Amino acid sequence: MEILKTYKLYIGGQFPRTESGRTYPVRGANGNHVANACLGSRKDVRNAVQAARKAQSAWAVRSGFNRSQILYRIAEILEDRKAQFVSELISMGSSTADAQNEVQSSIDRCVYYAGWSDKYQALLSSVNPVATPHFNFSVPEAMGVVGVVSCQRTGLIGLISQILPVILGGNTIVVIANSDQPLGAISFAEVLATSDVPGGVVNILTGQIAELLPTLAGHMDVNALSLAYIDADLLKAAQEVAIDNLKRCSVYAEDFTLQTSQGLAFISTFQEIKTTWHPIEQLSGGGSGY
Amino acid sequence: MIDSLNSAQIAALFALTPAIDQVGIHERIGRIQTRSIKGTAKLQGLRMALSMIDLTTLEGKDTLGKVRQLCFKAQHLHDQATGLPTVAAVCVYPTMVAEAKKALVSSNIKVASVSTAFPAGQAPFEVKKLDTLYAVDNGADEIDMVISRGRFLAGDYQFVYDEIAAIKALCGQARLKVIFETGELDTLDQIRKMSDLAIAAGADFIKTSTGKIQPAATFPVVLTMLGAIKDHFDKTGQMIGMKPAGGISSAKLALQHLLLVKEVLGEAWLTNEWYRFGASSLANDLLLQYQKQVTGKYQSATYFSID
Amino acid sequence: MMSENTWNLDPALESTAIVQLNTQYELYIDGKWQIPQSATYFPSVNPADESHLSQIAQANEADVDKAVKAARAAYQNVWSQLSGAERGKYLFRIARLMQEKSRELAVLETLDGGKPIRESRDIDIPLACNHFFYYAGWADKLEEAFPGQQMASLGVAAQITPWNFPLLMLAWKIAPALACGNTVVLKPAETTSLTALKFAEICQEAGLPAGVVNIVTGYGDTGAALVAHPDVDKIAFTGSTAVGKQIQRACIGTKKKLTLELGGKSANIILEDAPIDQAVEGVINAIFFNQGHVCCAGSRLFIQESIAHQVVEKLKFRLKSIYVGNPLDKNTDIGAINSKKQLETIHNYISVGLSEGAEMYQPDCKLPEKGYYCQPTLFLDVAQSSRIAQEEIFGPVLTVQTFRTIEEVIQKANNSPYGLAAGVWTANGARIFGLSSQLQAGVVWANTYNKFDPTSPFGGYKESGFGREGGRHGLSAYLQIKN
Repeated sequence: MEILKTYKLYIGGQFPRTESGRTYPVRGANGNHVANACLGSRKDVRNAVQAARKAQSAWAVRSGFNRSQILYRIAEILEDRKAQFVSELISMGSSTADAQNEVQSSIDRCVYYAGWSDKYQALLSSVNPVATPHFNFSVPEAMGVVGVVSCQRTGLIGLISQILPVILGGNTIVVIANSDQPLGAISFAEVLATSDVPGGVVNILTGQIAELLPTLAGHMDVNALSLAYIDADLLKAAQEVAIDNLKRCSVYAEDFTLQTSQGLAFISTFQEIKTTWHPIEQLSGGGSGY
Repeated sequence: MIDSLNSAQIAALFALTPAIDQVGIHERIGRIQTRSIKGTAKLQGLRMALSMIDLTTLEGKDTLGKVRQLCFKAQHLHDQATGLPTVAAVCVYPTMVAEAKKALVSSNIKVASVSTAFPAGQAPFEVKKLDTLYAVDNGADEIDMVISRGRFLAGDYQFVYDEIAAIKALCGQARLKVIFETGELDTLDQIRKMSDLAIAAGADFIKTSTGKIQPAATFPVVLTMLGAIKDHFDKTGQMIGMKPAGGISSAKLALQHLLLVKEVLGEAWLTNEWYRFGASSLANDLLLQYQKQVTGKYQSATYFSID
Repeated sequence: MMSENTWNLDPALESTAIVQLNTQYELYIDGKWQIPQSATYFPSVNPADESHLSQIAQANEADVDKAVKAARAAYQNVWSQLSGAERGKYLFRIARLMQEKSRELAVLETLDGGKPIRESRDIDIPLACNHFFYYAGWADKLEEAFPGQQMASLGVAAQITPWNFPLLMLAWKIAPALACGNTVVLKPAETTSLTALKFAEICQEAGLPAGVVNIVTGYGDTGAALVAHPDVDKIAFTGSTAVGKQIQRACIGTKKKLTLELGGKSANIILEDAPIDQAVEGVINAIFFNQGHVCCAGSRLFIQESIAHQVVEKLKFRLKSIYVGNPLDKNTDIGAINSKKQLETIHNYISVGLSEGAEMYQPDCKLPEKGYYCQPTLFLDVAQSSRIAQEEIFGPVLTVQTFRTIEEVIQKANNSPYGLAAGVWTANGARIFGLSSQLQAGVVWANTYNKFDPTSPFGGYKESGFGREGGRHGLSAYLQIKN
């Protein structure tokens, strides 16, 4: 007899069940019951944001090189578990070819973003030639905790495309997974957990967007939102509550399977620019006359 | 007499010496330089500046005749004008002190003598002491000594300190001005450090320069030294005098320096007991500007005597 | 020995003869001065003596619509058709004209807003001119600014500027917008419209095509109408956080690109190894620059306890040489508070501070009898939980707090919904980099404060807004990635 996997949440590096104790059935394309996933609650959102905040400063001070190593490790583990992801995508309704393509693209995207971790800084920074005797430079800094509603059309590539450019820049995130196809998200969490990604950097919740998003968008300790493919009314409501602490909101309507849905802009959107000034002493040789 | 500091105490003194940010110093000065000094304030300032001048001749070719002429000018800045003060002092080499004293006998003008192998200070300690004693014995009211810059830059603070303290002890009633030769001290941090050291060693005045080296009394240097005087006053209640020398040749600069003193130290320093300009050509520009204020006409240098 | 110890400066008033002011100003729409549809006007008052300066047209929704239509037409027919090089030439020409009129603009800025002539003459106006020069040079180099990305202009930009730096904020908004190929409708703050209207005259004189720049004057409802206009592609706002949030709300469900420069309560931190005298001067610049009407003002001073007493005494002494009074006097350091309303706000905060039990220090200084003035004010021994330490006062009021450790001060500095700027004073270079990277602020001034430059990106973290103005980063606010 087949052992059915229980898909849990991923919070603070742990795999807890939802505190609400609820689950919901995940169905495949033909309506068959594939698995149960946790029906996350508002308290799960709270716990996830707390975990993300706790992890953020330590994650942001890691070197770009170190984050790059970790992202490449994700690609390695993903490669290792390719078959599992393909079969999960198929079980949730993808064709074999589409599933294989999506997993391959996902691995490629991990490699792509792994390479960015120690490079975006150089491209987003500037040394500014101010007219006063000051050394003036601008550098990108992580926004902090980012709330993500992951792409509702894809099971894996959208999720990865929204997570990686955000975390590689030193942010930590709380993701609400695709509610219809959550399996890839939780399996991806298992990849993260074994890829040296510190606990709390990525937190993944499954459940109903309508229930989770208002809490996430209204949470005063979330700095930015990355919202993909959600209902217009829900989106509007989320943006409205997001104003309370002036969250930076990005709404994505991309087809994340496309090669064009990656790039520096996906990183820079979740970076603040900090400008620092410092005086420059002018050294003029004192003379000696005799 | 103050208790002498040992090297550990000097180190402790320097531990309290604050860092100096040169760009910040320039910004503070910028605020002073955009102030507008006009009308009665200008007239008052010009008179004040004249009264603070140490009219100076320090040349190899100085003669008794030159010194006598200078002393006459000191007492008769511009007799065509009324209400003018005299300068504060004349400043000469030790060999000229006696002649200057004689020429100024009926005035309140002080005689200041440079000393300690001015301007380089590169002479044996014994020679420097004799140099000072000679000036004091000849009646100098003020001694303008130079420090041993080489020793200071080499970190031999004890030597520099002891030298100042020893000269101070020889001064008797004469007030001691300690010349740093700031143009040789490299950074404002060094100048601040030297200010703290000189004040601790007993300087009555601290003075920027000999006039022989550029840069001399620049605003940043002067402001740095004023900062040390202010901190010493805040800590002890004791006033120390300030003498910028070299490079202040226009009335405009002199007035800005006075405003700097007013804002940084306070009006108590706006007297020639606590503030001096070491200068030779400044006096005539002050006079020129004074007459312009009084008459409303721009003046010509032709009408002002050049002793 | 003679002694003339008391020495006070005479008044040194800047002449106002250079300012050519109309008795009434219309709206500047489509290159023409147009009578407002409502035919109503509001007065512009000199806050220094409450005298009447001019009557300003009040734009309503219909006027705003007309302005946006003019901007749209100018965008489609003229401005977006020009090469970057040609746009740049117009901006260079505007910059030159501003320089030529810089004294008139400076005096007018002081008359209209109350800021000291020293600041409008030496800071506001030169920086505004430089901003146009700077972005003029970008207009034909946008492809180089974002390698690998195809950038395109947005269209019509709606811009709303505050009353604290009227012409400078106009420059921050209009220069990059035009350089990037957009046309603009700008609404200046109601108490300080005059230099914007002068700027409109400069646009005319520069031969800028009609409709590229439109100036609609009025109160908040004029701004709201501009924000709500459906044919606006971009909104740039500088002002309060409360209004910024209203604007963000109004943009939901639209494709309008938004940048906000909002409030602040910036920390200015002095460590015990700081260059103390320069730090004290920095504190003065941080809080008393422009009467404290500065979004990035260093309004929360944190002093390490070991030097706190010394720094406070030095601050008190320094305040003795701060001249408060007629803004036209070249020696004035603190001019008039911008409006009666703002003066009331500040006074209210001062009474809050007193009722919270903080120790207040104000130097002895006589304020003019007419006009809106406020002494420089220190509140000592303030707690982090005090309202005066949390809320933006926007006046010459400084709260002073002490701290023991660096970790403590980082926490306290970041313990604010705002994140616009911060100051750090220490002679330890390594510590500066450590501290500045920990501070949640868009601008960190290390061993300096309140410095601005067209090349330097400016903008906030958290509730201080988003987007950057100035520098290469400032271009992004007025461009989109072309797909």
